[in-house]
Amino acid sequence: MSTENTESLLRVRGVGKAFPGVQALQDMHLDLAPGEVLALVGENGAGKSTLMKLLSGIYTPDAGEFFIDGAQVRIDGPRHAQQLGISIIHQEFNLMPDLTVAQNIFIGREPRGRLLLRDRELVARTRELLQRLQLPLDPNARVGTLTVAQQQMVEIAKALSYDAKILIMDEPTAALNDAEVAALHDLIRRFVAPRTGVIYISHRMDELKAIADRITVIRDGRYVDTLTTEDASMQDVIARMVGREIDTGAGPEGVRDDRETVLSVAGLSTKALLKDVSLELKQGEILGLAGLMGAGRTEVARAIVGADPVESGTVTLRGTQVRIKNPADAAAHRIGYLSEDRKRLGLLVEQDVSANIGISSLQERFLSRGFVNDRAVREKSKELVAALRIRTPSVDQPVRNLSGGNQQKVALAKWLVKDCDILIVDEPTRGIDVGAKEEIYRLLNELAQQGKSLIMISSELPELLRMAHRIVVMSEGRVTGELTAAEATQEKVMHYATLRPSPGDGGGDGDSDAHAA
Amino acid sequence: MTAPAAVAPDQEQQPERPGGLAALKGKFQQLLAFASLVVIVLYFSIASPNFLNYSNITSLLFSTVVIGTLALGATFVIVAGGIDLSVGTGMTLCAVMSGVFIVNWGVPIWLGVLMTLAFGALIGLVNGLNVTFLKLPPFIATLAMMLVAQGLALVISKSAPIYFEGDSGYTDISTGSIIPGADFPNAVLILAAAALIGGIALNRTLLGRYTYSIGSNEEATGLSGIDVRKWKIIIYVVCGLFIGLAGVLISARLGSAQPATGMGYELQAIAAVVIGGTSLSGGKGSIVGTVIGALIISVLNNGLQITSVPQEWQNVILGCVIVAAVYADQARKRTA
Ligand SMILES: Nc1ncnc2c1ncn2[C@@H]1O[C@H](COP(=O)(O)OP(=O)(O)OP(=O)(O)O)[C@@H](O)[C@H]1O
Ligand SMILES: [Mg+2]
Repeated sequence: MSTENTESLLRVRGVGKAFPGVQALQDMHLDLAPGEVLALVGENGAGKSTLMKLLSGIYTPDAGEFFIDGAQVRIDGPRHAQQLGISIIHQEFNLMPDLTVAQNIFIGREPRGRLLLRDRELVARTRELLQRLQLPLDPNARVGTLTVAQQQMVEIAKALSYDAKILIMDEPTAALNDAEVAALHDLIRRFVAPRTGVIYISHRMDELKAIADRITVIRDGRYVDTLTTEDASMQDVIARMVGREIDTGAGPEGVRDDRETVLSVAGLSTKALLKDVSLELKQGEILGLAGLMGAGRTEVARAIVGADPVESGTVTLRGTQVRIKNPADAAAHRIGYLSEDRKRLGLLVEQDVSANIGISSLQERFLSRGFVNDRAVREKSKELVAALRIRTPSVDQPVRNLSGGNQQKVALAKWLVKDCDILIVDEPTRGIDVGAKEEIYRLLNELAQQGKSLIMISSELPELLRMAHRIVVMSEGRVTGELTAAEATQEKVMHYATLRPSPGDGGGDGDSDAHAA
Repeated sequence: MTAPAAVAPDQEQQPERPGGLAALKGKFQQLLAFASLVVIVLYFSIASPNFLNYSNITSLLFSTVVIGTLALGATFVIVAGGIDLSVGTGMTLCAVMSGVFIVNWGVPIWLGVLMTLAFGALIGLVNGLNVTFLKLPPFIATLAMMLVAQGLALVISKSAPIYFEGDSGYTDISTGSIIPGADFPNAVLILAAAALIGGIALNRTLLGRYTYSIGSNEEATGLSGIDVRKWKIIIYVVCGLFIGLAGVLISARLGSAQPATGMGYELQAIAAVVIGGTSLSGGKGSIVGTVIGALIISVLNNGLQITSVPQEWQNVILGCVIVAAVYADQARKRTA
């Protein structure tokens, strides 16, 4: 037995996997040592999730071998993977929205007697688990009613509850903000058993330094290199990842104040969360919306486009007060909204790439004499596929078959095609690799320069600080502060984001708050 | 989704549990269906003196039995995100088979009944295999089974009714009364028992948990390590058992197996399920709701007859009730 065998918890050797038109993985290698956190990085479509799906038994490899503790294994379906001690958080949520938190976490492992389930024990065990992990979730809450970040916590709790030998996390932090990311890292350090190996996939370079012991880079389905985090600079990692230079552009300059106010929201309140939210958006401006999970940023966007009912408040477009009843209404007012929950609300996953890109703008752009001009839709789609570097064999590929990050790009492309005056983008770069992020920043900046106005919601502060002309910060459903690009720093934003608003303040004219700071 | 709320009202160190209010909210559709049932009953009691008396109520309950039994089975399939169009003619085929077993082959009644239930399960098994292994959409697979069952019922019976004449014990299954003194048909008790067992199965067993889970997100259920194909087959088989039971109950009630009937029952059964608050897209629903839904349909039919509303109008009104029931449910979700 070679030393390699005894040292590795998991070894992947020469693994290949092809899909029609795509060689997703080729001659792939990977070594995971017991007790380490190994980051796996690569561009969108590099093959990371495919490798993880091979490891969890969802796909079978065309070639190659897997060894666990030195012994060769054939992974035969998700159940078998669980039995082998492999637990995985998939990139896409795999939760049952109609079941409760407890039912989701222990699905397939329900405590039961000979015939009946022991639901009391189920709830008790879940409560105990959640308490141990310090996750503020109610075991009896229906998962469908939770926010994206809370759902991610359910996934994390579920994965940790297996006490697995190999724990795989495919972009667990895409939906989390910085504080939650730190909390997750804490969880991993404290609750993952000492000999458990963790494979951690992320596009957020900043967190690799914080959590990973080693970093394996893959590109175009092939192994590139493995670096020790301590000795590697992020430049090294990115260079190996993209195999080309990426220029990180400078941040935006401030907007002139004499620009016209295109959108003004006053005193917006909803039953669920929002209290007296007011904000203004100027022409050609990128307005950042910052805040912690549950602060109400997405709710503001949804209220503006009429996706959720509001209790009170007004929306004024270029001086005229409007009542927007639903998203179609919003679109008629030339307001677009890119949802944070792309799979459920942003895409037709069974349809192909060009159908998705064209769907929102068929009427105004692609109709000739009553017929849909498919050729024009395809041409435009090809343009965007190239511009956003969407990795797909063709624009006829069903979106379901694209990698997670590439699906996100399609969702964004849809709104780029539709010629909106006001575009609200909710976590536009979630799950998108560093290279493509730059492309998206460039496109958003271009839109602003053309005179369009954007509201950008993001949990990644550095991104907001770089992109936004002005940042409105929310906490617990209220506006707690406003900062111009010049004054905004990470600390100031976090200060406002963690402010517990006393009833009465917040809302109103944010400017005074900002200058007080 | 009643199970956890129902079983853990006490104990636990944590004080803040979602109160009874949240649980109530979840039951809104059931409450609403129940309230409509009460209103309809009240209306007919006032409109006609003949409505609220013992013999009418027993005959009303009696008339709920067949649709109710089929709807119980359909609830499992629909909560799992499927549909079963074969319950109506499947029931007829089971009734014919019961006649074949008991009258033509002369097997004892108890064995004939068991064989009929098994035959119903077989229909469900074929449906389940077609849906899972052939990957047919449930609508198509069970539409085909609906036609096959209708045809087979006619072929096997040579298009003639089979009468259970010498077997008076058989008709007792439906029309007899084991409650001494009371003239209360056994079929209603059997329906109640079936509903109780169905309710426990859906709320308190692994089968029920996975039925909701598959209906809620089939892919995620599979990725959680659950053998979705196996459980889907079981769900269709369970539905088949109810089909078999309905076949026994209807033939025992009529004293004969009528091979040319059955078409249309499946839609009534689905209507009962839907009125009871089960979502056709899966993941949500309950047995209690289905029972109430079935009762609403038969109260309407019975009450409209008693108040001399022409029969042609009954389905018109039923259609409107379906729209109202489902609309109310959706409206509540929008505002919640
Ligand atoms: N089921 C499928 N059918 C066809 N092609 C697929 C399928 N799954 C993945 N692919 C393709 O395989 C390649 C690798 O995809 P994969 O999901 O592994 O990428 P990834 O590295 O996880 O990317 P991301 O960072 O965007 O999540 C992509 O080009 C994708 O389009
Ligand atoms: Mg991926």
